[in-house]
Amino acid sequence: MAETRFTRDHEWVRLEDDGTLTVGITDHAQEAMGDIVFVELPVVDREVVEGESVATVESTKAANDVYAPISGRVAETNEIIAEDPGLINRDPTGEGWFYRLEPADDDENFESLMDEEAYEAFLETL
Amino acid sequence: MSDRSPGPSGPLRTTPLDALHRSLGGRMVGFAGWSLPVQFAGTLAEHAHTRAAAALFDASHMGQISLHGPDAARALERLVPGDIEGLPPGRQRYALLTNEAGGIIDDIVVARYPGRLFVVLNASRAETDIAHLRSHGLSPELHDDRALLALQGPRAIDIVARLAPPAAALPFLGAAETDLAGIPVWISRSGYTGEDGFEISVPAADAAALAGRLLAEPEVAPAGLAARDTLRLEAGLCLYGADIDMLTSPVEAGLAWTIPKRRRQSLDFLGAAPIHDHLTHGPTRCRVGIRPAGRAPARSGTDIAAADDTLAGSITSGSFSPTLNGPVAMGYVRRDLATEGTKLALLVRGQRLPAVVGALPFVPHRFAR
Repeated sequence: MAETRFTRDHEWVRLEDDGTLTVGITDHAQEAMGDIVFVELPVVDREVVEGESVATVESTKAANDVYAPISGRVAETNEIIAEDPGLINRDPTGEGWFYRLEPADDDENFESLMDEEAYEAFLETL
Repeated sequence: MSDRSPGPSGPLRTTPLDALHRSLGGRMVGFAGWSLPVQFAGTLAEHAHTRAAAALFDASHMGQISLHGPDAARALERLVPGDIEGLPPGRQRYALLTNEAGGIIDDIVVARYPGRLFVVLNASRAETDIAHLRSHGLSPELHDDRALLALQGPRAIDIVARLAPPAAALPFLGAAETDLAGIPVWISRSGYTGEDGFEISVPAADAAALAGRLLAEPEVAPAGLAARDTLRLEAGLCLYGADIDMLTSPVEAGLAWTIPKRRRQSLDFLGAAPIHDHLTHGPTRCRVGIRPAGRAPARSGTDIAAADDTLAGSITSGSFSPTLNGPVAMGYVRRDLATEGTKLALLVRGQRLPAVVGALPFVPHRFAR
């Protein structure tokens, strides 16, 4: 089973078998944003730096940034959510993924992200 | 993820419907110093329900005052370039409080009831408005003990016909003191969604009972601030603090229709000289509707460029229109660019997104006639 980690910006990051990372927003994030009506995805091959804004999500209420959880190269984007942004609300941790990242370093930055238990505890503090 | 909208600050006031909102699963946020539901089932669903059936909004954060006495209309007209003296009993009118510079202190609604004018103020402006009225010798009675409900949508009339048959006879912008489901209310056939509907001022002690009674009707669903905003934007209606403020004149804002001929001639209101100048020579900028191409919403503050890359103006309200399934916005542009169909570019996140000046309202009004 692939391992999933979380950021304080409410992104989930799943380590795939090929070493790439799939990134999306958490159920908490989609719930907080409300109905999502537009997504701007990064271009494939873009080099991103940890903490950099990579994608933009617009709900009926406001614009929100999605950040790079670690540095790397954008390997693939989920064009389906650009066509159907509501998919992010309906299935945020599945079909509503945003992009795949090829990490710049080895996996130690991934390991430093919160595990599910730590993220749940983090949500309790909000 | 980070929300770029400003957060609440300081302790928030609660409306008489606070417990009801929470029991209905409303997501509460801070707005103009008040705790209010931003949504219940979801903005898109609430928006669609308002256009198709009827939605109940809590507008209790808005200021409610009465101006008593035979001279109230004349006194208010010194501060409002609208027709208040000519407002018949049982009628309501949209009006503007203007300042010396011709800017807008607030946009308000004035109804005439026996012996008084009943005025509804924006929540964010109520304190300023009341101080302004007092400084000009008016003595507003504050109705802090009342709630304000808005029942909006094409089925609102059916509900009112069931619960208050006399009120169902009100014409558009008619207003009456009557009973609704046995509760004494001040009700007007009006609203800010572009739909037919009613605004209902009710004693705070009766507000939750009345809201519960209205929500028990099969056509009615609760709706929050986010749907209220997308509805009013589709209807091309101004939000104070976004589309109009102390630095916009009624003429620039496209609200000169609130100034009747008598007032244009008498010019006996605050800001008469600058407003007369705008009426005579035209303003340098105008509020327009803007239709961005593509699906990306352009938010308030977005710069607008003309086709020749000169600065054209900026967006003051922008969101996604659920009815049109695309982005819509309002903003101010140079007068030479205000014609419908003019091509513009919106500077969003470093990109130049094409847009065009579009007609307002974006979605036709369906007021009772």
